[in-house]
Amino acid sequence: MSLISFENVTLGYEGKPVIEGLDFFVNKGDYLCVLGQNGSGKSTMMKALLGFISPMSGKIVKNIRQNAIGYLPQQQPSQADFPAGVREVVLSGCQGKHRFSPFYTKEDRALADKNMELMNISHLAECSFKELSGGQKQRALLARALCAAEDLILLDEPAAGLDPKVTDELYDLVNWLNREQGMTVIMISHDLNRSMQDATHILHLGHTVLYFGTRALYDREQVLQKEREQSAKWK
Amino acid sequence: MEIIINLNTLFSENLRQVLLQAFVVGLLTAICAAILGVPLVLKRYSMIGDGLSHMGFSALAIAAVLGVSQENTMYVTMILVVAAAIILLLLSESGKIKGDAAIAMLSTGAVAAGYIIYCLAGIGAGDVCSSLFGSAILALDGGDVTLSVVLAVGVILVFVLLFSKIFAVTFDTAFARSAGTHVSFYNILIAVLTAVTIVVGMKMIGSIMISALTVFPPLTAMRVCKRFKSVIILSAVISAVCFILGLLFAAVVEFEFSRIGVVSLPVGPCVVAFNALAFLLTAGIQKTAHALMRKRVTAKAN
Repeated sequence: MSLISFENVTLGYEGKPVIEGLDFFVNKGDYLCVLGQNGSGKSTMMKALLGFISPMSGKIVKNIRQNAIGYLPQQQPSQADFPAGVREVVLSGCQGKHRFSPFYTKEDRALADKNMELMNISHLAECSFKELSGGQKQRALLARALCAAEDLILLDEPAAGLDPKVTDELYDLVNWLNREQGMTVIMISHDLNRSMQDATHILHLGHTVLYFGTRALYDREQVLQKEREQSAKWK
Repeated sequence: MEIIINLNTLFSENLRQVLLQAFVVGLLTAICAAILGVPLVLKRYSMIGDGLSHMGFSALAIAAVLGVSQENTMYVTMILVVAAAIILLLLSESGKIKGDAAIAMLSTGAVAAGYIIYCLAGIGAGDVCSSLFGSAILALDGGDVTLSVVLAVGVILVFVLLFSKIFAVTFDTAFARSAGTHVSFYNILIAVLTAVTIVVGMKMIGSIMISALTVFPPLTAMRVCKRFKSVIILSAVISAVCFILGLLFAAVVEFEFSRIGVVSLPVGPCVVAFNALAFLLTAGIQKTAHALMRKRVTAKAN
């Protein structure tokens, strides 16, 4: 049984479709890389996956508990001067676990500690988030995502603004989570070369599904040709 | 000009009661404003707090012109300002209001409308002045004390109980939503709590002055502390200390002028002045510390 499946889904805003014929699935243990140009419907698909918007037509089936997707959003500019401790940030990953209790439990704290250790940032727990380097910030946010995640993490352009060396380290870390920890990964990315290396499946969007399948069968030239045709059509 | 320290206020039997009430209500309001100010400042909502306090002024005007009795004024202004808070937030969330210019427009418009209402109702400049800038201690009346205390304690309790959620929606809206937290509920909650604080503090501190209490203490605290919880705690402490200093200053210090006689200052501006002083001092100390550090580093390098 698939963890996530989209069945002929149309998504859009205020009655105007952004992406049509969205058909794909994610199985447990998969590493899906979502590619596509700006405006191709990547973030719209992500919003639907997270339940922020509902489909205009079609069906989205999620075989995971509500709110159990570990989401790593793009960083917001307001976070640059936000006074937050690393532990506070990681612990906030547990906020979806209990609806009605206002405080974090002992288990939540243990989970936060464990995930900080996994991400190798335990020594930064008492530091201020805004003083971390770009790579350390992403690892802290990944630890937060792991606190929320049961089976699936969803990463939105995690390498944006990172230098090549740190980007490599981050992708290695995600790959390790997928291979060694059995975490299912959906990653949205601009970066064609590096992000594709580790993925088991590719979903290439351009207002519709240009390609969905295993990485081995992904023919880049052919998809890019289709992408040009599609974007001409949508203009 | 001569400055007189008049300790009689502290020791005279009937004044002490008034001062004690002002102390309790003001201290609680100052703490409410300071803790709510942290998410407001960080969410870039400072202008909403400011806008609300301006609307508080027109709410007072509406209450005055409707002939609402002294005891009921607070209920009426409360309803009006809370409604304004919800409308303001929904407008800005739906993207219909773009940026702070629109809020500035609404709040100055509210002040204009408020003053027109006051003028048409034939209410004197003294009342207008005290609703804008706060009253002298002697002008405070004790009727609202119980309600004010209950409301302020309620605001603090709600804030403490929902602390972790407030942090979550302030730090990262997108992540909070993905974890199933009702972001717009908490945004409205913060705005409503702010509205309540403004109404409670408006009479003493003044409707224009009160929003300063949501801005200065958090900004001062953020210069010192690096974590959300410690920023909240320090912000509350700074605000409380500045309030006590401001209240004592207003109560004890009098200025004697040969032409106009003895003048004592209203509480609000004194409290705000101490808050501004605390901010400038912190900023100054930090700047010099940084400069000294840099000097030492370059000296070492040479």
